[in-house]
Amino acid sequence: MSGEDWLRSAHDVAAAGGRLLSLWGSGESGVTGEAAVYAAYLTEPGVLIIEMSVEPSGELDHYPGLEGIFPAASRMQRAAFDISGVRSSDPDRRFWLRHDAAYPFVRVEGEGVHEIAVGPVHAGTIEPGHFRFSVVGEKVLRLEERLGYTHKGIERRFTELPILEAHRLAARVSGDSAVAFSWAYCQALEAMSGCLIPRRAVWLRAAFLELERIANHLGDLGALGNDAGFAFGLTQFSRLKEDLLRGVSAAFGQRYLLDAIVPGGTAGDLSAAAGRALADTVASVCRESAELRTIYDEHSGLRDRFTGTGCVAPELAARLGVLGLVGRASGQSLDARVDLPCAPYQELAPAKMLQRGGDVAARVSVRFDELQESGRLLARILGELPSGAHVVPIEAPAAGAFGAGLIEGWRGPAFLALEAGPGGSIRRCHPHDPSWQNWPALEHAIIGNIVPDFPLINKSFNLTYSGVDL
Amino acid sequence: MLRTLRKIGSIGLVSEAAPATDELLRLRRALDARTAAILGRALCIRHVDAGSCNGCELEIQALHNPYYNLEGCNIRFVASPRHADLLLVTGPVSANMEAALKRTYEATPDPKLVVAIGDCGCSGGIFGESGARPGSDRACRGRVSNVIPVDVAVPGCPPSPTRILAGILTAISRGPA
Repeated sequence: MSGEDWLRSAHDVAAAGGRLLSLWGSGESGVTGEAAVYAAYLTEPGVLIIEMSVEPSGELDHYPGLEGIFPAASRMQRAAFDISGVRSSDPDRRFWLRHDAAYPFVRVEGEGVHEIAVGPVHAGTIEPGHFRFSVVGEKVLRLEERLGYTHKGIERRFTELPILEAHRLAARVSGDSAVAFSWAYCQALEAMSGCLIPRRAVWLRAAFLELERIANHLGDLGALGNDAGFAFGLTQFSRLKEDLLRGVSAAFGQRYLLDAIVPGGTAGDLSAAAGRALADTVASVCRESAELRTIYDEHSGLRDRFTGTGCVAPELAARLGVLGLVGRASGQSLDARVDLPCAPYQELAPAKMLQRGGDVAARVSVRFDELQESGRLLARILGELPSGAHVVPIEAPAAGAFGAGLIEGWRGPAFLALEAGPGGSIRRCHPHDPSWQNWPALEHAIIGNIVPDFPLINKSFNLTYSGVDL
Repeated sequence: MLRTLRKIGSIGLVSEAAPATDELLRLRRALDARTAAILGRALCIRHVDAGSCNGCELEIQALHNPYYNLEGCNIRFVASPRHADLLLVTGPVSANMEAALKRTYEATPDPKLVVAIGDCGCSGGIFGESGARPGSDRACRGRVSNVIPVDVAVPGCPPSPTRILAGILTAISRGPA
């Protein structure tokens, strides 16, 4: 494939209404030899992955950048250069994951403009990152994000682990999305090995995924109330989240399901009694959440802070390729559980929750709606759990086998590409969180808002740092 | 407003309710007594994520829910290391957070305590310890004690809120090294 073919394929995907899902490289930074660049697209029929071999040498561009077609490509291309040494034609050549060189932020100049630099260590219990605000008075003119602080070399770490054990690392790409990534990993691996997992395992995995969604939505809804000055919301929702986590722990022996999904099925099974108890917990959490939603809706202070704040209009969201929950709050109708469903979601037929407001209120609304829908799905899953084995044996795939996984986690589509090496090893593994697409949208959402609204807007996105820093 | 008040009234005080295990109640009483005896005021904690997967952050946030009633046992999370008695550090320490972690440590007034949280904070966890080699170009520096002195390390992936509380208690009982 030539550079022109690479660009043409991107244009064709864009013209057909497709989106860029992920972009990554293979090869090792500073090492000459075999290297390639990959793009994964979300298209009407499914995920399309394009590979192009490149010759990394000197300072030359190795492949044409896609940032003109899909703006989200820019940071992915910079990260691919830092990790794999393949360079795009993107004129922005600042390092993204390597932090050993000075980082020139874009400066905003004019009378009264000043900068506020925040992070990497933040004031709350959140992940590290740096935000550079250019402001006049309290109005934000521009925000520039600088991430990569939690870069742990995850892609390289994958190549040091046996392919049948690295699902544990996938679960820790972003701990709050452990189920989504460990399922995506196992989905890729099982396809490569030709392993058909039992129906019971598939349904249990869906239960894990919906429990993870509810737990995170509960946490966010509480924090959003708190950031708008309504401490009652945090108290109530954090109590409900703890109730749920204890229910999950009673059923599966772990609060966050980091080690619940294993190649070939699930680590543990669920007894009928434990399933009933868990269903009761979920039902009561959903019932109370509905009650709290009324309180949120009727609270004039919350309405005032949520409505019109941090807006990403649907047109902008489409142009930036915003994904997942944040996308659905800005009219971007994509939910992999509905549009590209894996088993058992064809059977479960979840309803897609959509808003067009694009503000904090819309993102709150989507969370409330999805929480109830996940509750409905869980009632069905736990009530109709198929019988049989929950795990089957699986063998390592042959060297050179390639697979991909796509799971709609609570943030959006968690994607993972996996390539097997010889003797049960991993040649390459690239996990991709939708936050790659959504972080740039946050920079737009804050424009024209006031600095004190940033924590609220940021929380309404609640993007992962670890999941994109890799 | 009426609904809010009714909700508050109907839920009551959950921090005294059954889900607080015996161990938790014992810990809370011990912590309360220790902080009062040693500090004469609340223990101030600054959390630093030095490269974690964010799993440990979920449990540290859970510590703030009404069941664990953190402030009720004389513990407060503060926004600046300059206000802190104790640093609660999650990791493995990434190379890109090494300088920030050291600076946070230096900004914390003496005497200070450091509690490393989670398997990664204790040993590098699944992200590996190999980054600890001097001169290594690895992105990960491994355990927290490779970068700053650690008083107590709390294993778990992630450790439960109760285990984190126990780690904090151990640290203040022993005092700074």
